[in-house]
Amino acid sequence: MRRALLLPLIVLALLAAGCGGGDDEEASTNPGAQTASCEKDQLELVNAGQLTIGTDNPAYPPWFGGEEMKPWKISNPASGEGFESAVAFAVAEELGFDRADVNWTYVPFNKSFAPGPKSFDFDINQISFDVNRAKAVDFSETYYDVNQALVANKGTPIADANSIADLKNAKLGVQIGTTSYRYITENIKPTQQPSVYDTSNDSIAALNARQIEGIVVDLPTAFYIVAAELDNGTIVGQFPNAGGTPEHFGMVFEKGNPLVECVNKALRALKADGTLAQIRQEWLADKASAPVLT
Amino acid sequence: MRTGDRGRSIAVAVASTVLFFGVIAVAVVTSPGWPEVRQAFFSGEQFRESFPTIVDAFWLNVKIFLIAEGVILVTALVIAVLRSLPGPAFFPVRVLAIAYTDLFRGIPTILVIYILGFGAPALQLHGVPNSPLFWGVVSLVLVYSAYVAEVYRAGIESVHPSQEAAARSLGLSRFKSLRFVILPQAVRRVVPPLLNDFIGLQKDSALVALIGPVEAFRQSQIEVAGSFNYTPYLATALLFVLLTIPLARFTDWLIARDRRRSLAGSAA
Repeated sequence: MRRALLLPLIVLALLAAGCGGGDDEEASTNPGAQTASCEKDQLELVNAGQLTIGTDNPAYPPWFGGEEMKPWKISNPASGEGFESAVAFAVAEELGFDRADVNWTYVPFNKSFAPGPKSFDFDINQISFDVNRAKAVDFSETYYDVNQALVANKGTPIADANSIADLKNAKLGVQIGTTSYRYITENIKPTQQPSVYDTSNDSIAALNARQIEGIVVDLPTAFYIVAAELDNGTIVGQFPNAGGTPEHFGMVFEKGNPLVECVNKALRALKADGTLAQIRQEWLADKASAPVLT
Repeated sequence: MRTGDRGRSIAVAVASTVLFFGVIAVAVVTSPGWPEVRQAFFSGEQFRESFPTIVDAFWLNVKIFLIAEGVILVTALVIAVLRSLPGPAFFPVRVLAIAYTDLFRGIPTILVIYILGFGAPALQLHGVPNSPLFWGVVSLVLVYSAYVAEVYRAGIESVHPSQEAAARSLGLSRFKSLRFVILPQAVRRVVPPLLNDFIGLQKDSALVALIGPVEAFRQSQIEVAGSFNYTPYLATALLFVLLTIPLARFTDWLIARDRRRSLAGSAA
């Protein structure tokens, strides 16, 4: 029996030695490139000369629009239509890229924060900034401040809700990977645990099957769901920002990528000259008004 | 084996193990991406933060597979027995049993869960339960009963036909001979494959999350998406492995005990 104990002990010792060191912060993969120039020909890009932007498939309106174009379903990110597509092209133009130099690539959400070299220069996919997430990737500054909203079918009891207190006993649903789940558990705190689905389509199926009463999703997406995906849907209302600070979307970069600063510069320029506001007005203006549930 | 030989064997075993795992460990730890991967997959801080919620969610998995396994063991036995009923009178019954096992071993479990989990409640038939948990367990039962029925059938057919002949000639009816002679032997023989399927069911309990309920894997997905760190997946994997190892050792013990009993009286 002593023989049998010896081998696992040695293996454990080896693994401990290998994994030793505790939880120090991981080393930056791109040391010493902080104040690099933002000149187009001096940028460190995944594909030289091209700006490679990643997003998920399907890329839903109102974030992306245009005629469906293979391999993209529902929309075409390269069309420039849709809020995020327009913002991405505006940033690319600020950086000095022509439309033709911008290359869109499919990056499933789960892959956008995987360790190792990225297949994109930045990923734009309604990804909310979060302090913990920022330990694994770099975020750009905000390009959109977002509010969560509640979608339900007309005629159901929850459609008459006026306040968060009315939702205490509701069965809610969210899509995985969205900050909506945390909003529910930290701010709405219903008695029933919310259901979580792989895709927004699944959450809509559950809503129609009456397995959940309402879906919590960001406000512009709520408009799309009600307009295009539900036969009988309504936006019950939007939720106020928790703790006063708005949740915001940022573009995701590989940790330590000096391109972040260049993109931030571009975003500031777009905000200063009103371009960002104009893009927001064009694609999201009619997607911003809903009663606030306090 | 003499003491000196034994000591030498131990030394050789230790040396070769150290060398083998040492080479692997060194190769992994000195690779250029290791610090990033270590932080992304093996973060102690993330593990500690996410583990309690994942353990809480794991109880849902336990509930699902315990309830499902109970029903599966019974329904699969019924299907296996139906399939082995001889004679032309029972032909439609056999055909139904065969069709059932073919269908539900053929359709991927994910599809069954989606179709029943979203489709059945959407029919809005009176009296049909709406709960995704209910339909998730029903889907698992339907799929696994097909596999386990085949395991039972293998057990039943492995019992020598002389056993049934002897039982019938003693005047036992078909049902009684099944119940008192064939099935006890058959089931005892297939306990290891049954436990194997049970271990598979434990993993598949995670599929119920597709239609809404938050079980351990889904909970770890939520943690991963919130922190962009993959360590919670490891925490869930650890929980499942901790569950599987005792069952696997128990299966080994059962096999050894069965062998001991069947060889009882013969040499050694």
